[in-house]
Amino acid sequence: MANVLAYAETRAGELRKTALEAVTAARQLADATGGGEVHAIVFGPAGVAAKAAQLGQYGADVVVAVEHDRYTNNDPESISATIAERAKSGGHRYVVGVASQTGRDIAPRVAAKLGAAFASDVLEAKADGDALVVRHPGYWGKVIMTLKVTGSPTVVTYRAGAVTPAENAKSARAESMAPAADPAASRVVVKETTQSTKGRPDLAEAPIIISGGRGLKEAGNFKLVEELADAFGNAAVGATRAVTDEGWRPHSDQIGQTGRTVSPQLYVAVGISGAIQHIAGMRTSRAIVAINKDKEAPIFKIADYGIVGDVFEVVPALTEAVKKAKSH
Amino acid sequence: MKIAVCIKRAPDSETRFKIGSSGTGIDEAGVKFDISDFDSYAVEFALQTIEKGGGGEVVVYSVGTDASQETLRKALSMGVERAVLLKTDAPVFDSMAVARALAAELQGGGYDLILFGKVAADTAAGAVGAMTAELLGLPVVNSVSKLEVGGGKGTARRDLEGAAESIEFPLPAVVSIDEGIARPRYPSLKGIMAAKKKPLETKPAQLGDVRLSIVKMELPADRPPGRIIGEGAAAVPELVRLLQTEAKVL
Ligand SMILES: Cc1cc2nc3c(=O)[nH]c(=O)nc-3n(C[C@H](O)[C@H](O)[C@H](O)COP(=O)(O)OP(=O)(O)OC[C@H]3O[C@@H](n4cnc5c(N)ncnc54)[C@H](O)[C@@H]3O)c2cc1C
Ligand SMILES: Nc1ncnc2c1ncn2[C@@H]1O[C@H](COP(=O)(O)O)[C@@H](O)[C@H]1O
Repeated sequence: MANVLAYAETRAGELRKTALEAVTAARQLADATGGGEVHAIVFGPAGVAAKAAQLGQYGADVVVAVEHDRYTNNDPESISATIAERAKSGGHRYVVGVASQTGRDIAPRVAAKLGAAFASDVLEAKADGDALVVRHPGYWGKVIMTLKVTGSPTVVTYRAGAVTPAENAKSARAESMAPAADPAASRVVVKETTQSTKGRPDLAEAPIIISGGRGLKEAGNFKLVEELADAFGNAAVGATRAVTDEGWRPHSDQIGQTGRTVSPQLYVAVGISGAIQHIAGMRTSRAIVAINKDKEAPIFKIADYGIVGDVFEVVPALTEAVKKAKSH
Repeated sequence: MKIAVCIKRAPDSETRFKIGSSGTGIDEAGVKFDISDFDSYAVEFALQTIEKGGGGEVVVYSVGTDASQETLRKALSMGVERAVLLKTDAPVFDSMAVARALAAELQGGGYDLILFGKVAADTAAGAVGAMTAELLGLPVVNSVSKLEVGGGKGTARRDLEGAAESIEFPLPAVVSIDEGIARPRYPSLKGIMAAKKKPLETKPAQLGDVRLSIVKMELPADRPPGRIIGEGAAAVPELVRLLQTEAKVL
């Protein structure tokens, strides 16, 4: 029987979707190893304990809230010290998180503090005797590795979105804990966290992504992409490196090997050639649409639905058609 | 300013992979290797920081087999002063073991800044930088896309999912580098000649317990072959129909 500690992320005092993913994954791991307890640990300003109570719905037996004003912003130094402390005092066999940007700040440090084995960014994890066997994409997602980690405790992060939050209600006990390291003494200080997606879902969470390439010719023409995203309603906007290099869009919108990796339900590539480095970031999308005037463009090799044509003609027509379909 | 950069040998980004006959590694035949992409941005940032004035030194470190000498030489040819290879018999995929070897060597090196890539091309763990910082007791900022250092402190900007952070931290510190910081220069002929005479020291890597092993490597399933459904705006109704009935996203 293995007790599992799940790190449930918050941003600005609100639980993130990754928090539900971490608790769900922890529950599955605990159940697969004989039904140990899942303890979820949450950091945030005063009031976060009340919001975290819902983690019981996803299978947490204990919800540990660590409240401090400084936790409105990310504070990896104090948070990782506190998780390591709790993992030690609770004798946890596994520490589970999600490999989001902030999860990547925390988990490796917790592993180093505990001297624990570490598996990063896994698609799935299964206990195998004393070891944990995980599947993890490497080489820019072009190779799937099966890795075996041994030793207790083991720290593991799941790829964001790899686990679907599942309800498994427990009547969770609430506990509170003081930070194991004073946040006021943290050397790295987040001065400001600014929201960068204006009224749109983030690339990591959007079910639909409309992505633009150099075929759009200039920054202003990105409004074609935005209008198509608006027509779908729940879509995010992405870009190629050619576009972020030109400064038409911020680097945070870049999809590919040196940008973000995404797997939406639908990916629409507008004026994108389909370079190997771009495909590395979106090849696991469920359905891919490509609109490009060059029928030889490599993007058509992986597009489920290709249209050969001028983006300035096809995209506005598609936007109108989607609006119409939505209004029915 | 004294800057260390930890760099790794990795396949070139154009590589189409094949799995080697052992089933636990890639087939290296015909594959070009280079400095892992984010690590090369870190090397470039370090060189530019020194060149801006104030003097100092850039040193590169790599944990790997003898094949990594070529990777370190490349950094020397870009303008780095010296290189250290922490030698292993085989590539190591255990992040903690790599971090231990690097920390043991970097300890007491007197660096103001120790740079990493945000993630290595092969392992794709994004862990070694933060682990090394932890072992050295240094502050760490990950995945930085803007960085300024000087006067004993640093300021950085990094992207989160749907948000961005501005960060302040004291030096010495560990920073891992995202794209956007600097595009790596191509070594000049003069740089390549000079690199041949620069010091490249080799020492055994102190990995400690290696607790992560590769069971298997596989290529992901191929996508179904692409399909062109039509030309121009005339193809839009068919696309909408397929999105509704087949892809079920509309
Ligand atoms: C180390 C490294 C890392 C990289 N990382 C990334 C990464 O993370 N992400 C990334 O995207 N790239 C990355 N790249 C760059 C990549 O190799 C390509 O250069 C880039 O993806 C090309 O972007 P693009 O498709 O927008 O532009 P292009 O390749 O120029 O393609 C533009 C396309 O638009 C089409 N077009 C033009 N006009 C029209 C029109 N009116 N109507 C319809 N179609 C039109 C053209 O036929 C063409 O296919 C990386 C490269 C390297 C070397
Ligand atoms: N074997 C290695 N030698 C030197 N630096 C490394 C090595 N492995 C990883 N690193 C550094 O750590 C970063 C993150 O690697 P990883 O945690 O494996 O994704 C890389 O971008 C390098 O800067």
